[in-house]
Amino acid sequence: MPPRTLLSLVAGLLFGLGLAISRMIDPAKVLGFLDISGNWDPSLAFVMAGAVSVAAVGFRLGARRARPLLDMDFHGSTRTAVDRPLVVGAALFGIGWGLIGYCPGPALASLLLGRRETWIFVAAMILGMAAHRLYERRAAVSRRQGSEAT
Amino acid sequence: MENFTPVSAVIGGALIGLSAALLWLMNGRIAGISGILGGLARARHEDRTWRIAFLAGLIAAPLLYSLVASSAPITIASSPLLLISAGLLVGFGTRLGGGCTSGHGVCGIARLSRRSLVATAVFMLSAMVVVFLMRHGLGA
Repeated sequence: MPPRTLLSLVAGLLFGLGLAISRMIDPAKVLGFLDISGNWDPSLAFVMAGAVSVAAVGFRLGARRARPLLDMDFHGSTRTAVDRPLVVGAALFGIGWGLIGYCPGPALASLLLGRRETWIFVAAMILGMAAHRLYERRAAVSRRQGSEAT
Repeated sequence: MENFTPVSAVIGGALIGLSAALLWLMNGRIAGISGILGGLARARHEDRTWRIAFLAGLIAAPLLYSLVASSAPITIASSPLLLISAGLLVGFGTRLGGGCTSGHGVCGIARLSRRSLVATAVFMLSAMVVVFLMRHGLGA
């Protein structure tokens, strides 16, 4: 297996292990955090704090390098504008997240834990992603047509 | 707050952070799950391989963990209508907004990206409002 592929596999395993140990794979646990007016469970904030602190060290180390160890370039986003798609997209995502308690990582990570509901959610999520791809293409076409008309 | 589990939360979180740090330092990639999955559709050859490897690890790890450590089953709503609407919103919303809890919430905030800080505040807030309405609002 090429080093980059192996590294990705290890990173995926670590990510899934982190979700399992912190119980973020359980939608009830996540909803316990999102329900601030009930019997509040702050665990998710501690997961985020732990993850952000360790990841920040990685990004600080990365900032000193011209390129990553196993690839030619860093492939991070360079966008900086806070625009409408960002805010609308985040709001829609939040609504879906609150309805069930699944965001993409935990949903995928619990696929093999034996619940049919997880598969229904993941199938719909992939459909939603495909719908966005379609929407983006149509927007690109109408932009082209718009610029031809003017 | 009797469900609060700070120790396992921080340990699990640190592992997620380690995953993100490794993927960035070694491969120069962001450990954003919606981006890795959503990008599969347009990815070719090599760009596809690392995505599949990461997702395979992500999916396999909790099952492997449940074989060595005793873990409680997950609790999830069973209404197909709710599951499908939520899935569609999460899929479409994360792609439109360019990230989810991992891409914006972990990696973006760790990089101090303003876009990610805004996105994380927005999806946290909208999710909390929805949970409030579902549990204590009109439907309750």
